[in-house]
Amino acid sequence: MTPRITLAVAVRVLTQIRRDHRTLGMLLLLPCLLMSLLWWMFEGLAPETFDRFGPALLAMFPFIVMFLVTSVTTLRERSSGTLERLLAMPMGKLDFLLGYAIAFGLVAAAQSVLAVAVSVGLLGLDVVGPVWLLGVVAVFDAVLGTALGLLASAFARTEFQAVQFMPAFVLPQILLCGLFVPRPALPDTLSAISDVLPLSYAVDAMQTLTQSSSTGEVWQDLAVVAGFALACLALGAATLPRRTD
Amino acid sequence: MMKNAIEVRGLTVDRGGQRVLDGLDLDIAAGVVTGLLGPSGCGKSTLLRSIVGVQKTRSGEVTVLAEPAGSRPLRDRVGYVTQDASVYEDLTVTENLRFFARVLGCDQAEVSRVIAAVDLGSHADAVAGELSGGQLSRASLAVALLGSPDLLVLDEPTVGLDPVLRRDLWRLFHSLADSGVTVLVSSHVMDEAERCQRLLLMRDGVILADGTPAEVKERAGAEDVEAAFLSLVEGAAA
Repeated sequence: MTPRITLAVAVRVLTQIRRDHRTLGMLLLLPCLLMSLLWWMFEGLAPETFDRFGPALLAMFPFIVMFLVTSVTTLRERSSGTLERLLAMPMGKLDFLLGYAIAFGLVAAAQSVLAVAVSVGLLGLDVVGPVWLLGVVAVFDAVLGTALGLLASAFARTEFQAVQFMPAFVLPQILLCGLFVPRPALPDTLSAISDVLPLSYAVDAMQTLTQSSSTGEVWQDLAVVAGFALACLALGAATLPRRTD
Repeated sequence: MMKNAIEVRGLTVDRGGQRVLDGLDLDIAAGVVTGLLGPSGCGKSTLLRSIVGVQKTRSGEVTVLAEPAGSRPLRDRVGYVTQDASVYEDLTVTENLRFFARVLGCDQAEVSRVIAAVDLGSHADAVAGELSGGQLSRASLAVALLGSPDLLVLDEPTVGLDPVLRRDLWRLFHSLADSGVTVLVSSHVMDEAERCQRLLLMRDGVILADGTPAEVKERAGAEDVEAAFLSLVEGAAA
């Protein structure tokens, strides 16, 4: 691994995103609009309802968006020949993967600052713990999405397939993360499965933050999310052969 | 004695269940422009990819500049242009080159040097996706020139280029070879053969002829390389 090369990849990815105004706009504004929609949906209900669902959604946006963006962009690198060219250069596989993770982590940071600001400032989301930690959790979620997207793209031959990995890799995690049915109330098997899915920990972290001021549990959940992300990156590096057919 | 830049021994490659190369042996001399000519689908790209070290091979050895193909010490000594224009279409020519220069760890002054070498100065700030096919392949060639590699492997770099540009690029290849760079260029256009110092004619994964253009023509008793190719194919079939 070479920091110079990792950084070069990150800067390049950010330059590409900056050039694509529509993508940039969607990355930054969509979470804010969706949080507002959620708030509006619950207008006639008790105010706790928004506090119950809001944090989970704040955890999901960066995860889902980064999963999609990363799996499609990496696949594009594979099919355009740029990945082959890079791997013939002094580019470490981890340089490539971490470069992407850093770039999308930064985008996620900007995304979550906006989404958290709108949720807490405008929509009145109640956060008992430190607000800045919400942003940190969101960045971890984004890096997790990026890492999982990199891994998923290894199994896709076309962009069409890559997009369909979204429901395969992401939807089960959303269903089992505790948003619809609290995780302890799930049937035993499903509850055990939800214990090994990273999004569960990401959502737990967000929910703990909104409900309590002690941050110990949040950091534990974050450590699990980070562990999953690193494992995905390592697996991603292993599925990125220099030599292909 | 001329030193070999590339030595291929018993190279066997399968792709999609088909044997593309079967026990190929080949030497490519250092410091000359070698043309790898053959119809599309004959295994040219597979051979080039094996030399660069991005092709999964079944057996055999490929030695490049005295190192195993694709090994770490070679990664900044071999410039490679794939058949696709392997540049980022949403970045400008300059941004693309700056990125690859950073990856290679070469001086940023290289960027303007290689842009001038492929005559893209007037399009340096154009987004790659908006370039014509010929401009795009020149941008891709510029990336391969970064850091002055010792070996250039170019997969059909002159396809779709204006004759004037094509001539200029061949001049560039020869001036690079004169400075000691080994240049390996593939093409499916036989009339490019005369511009090479050495020729490899390839068909169905087999090298039909290997020598200077004059030698190849003489051995086949033909007027031009295309006729030589035909007579070699028919001679092999008989």
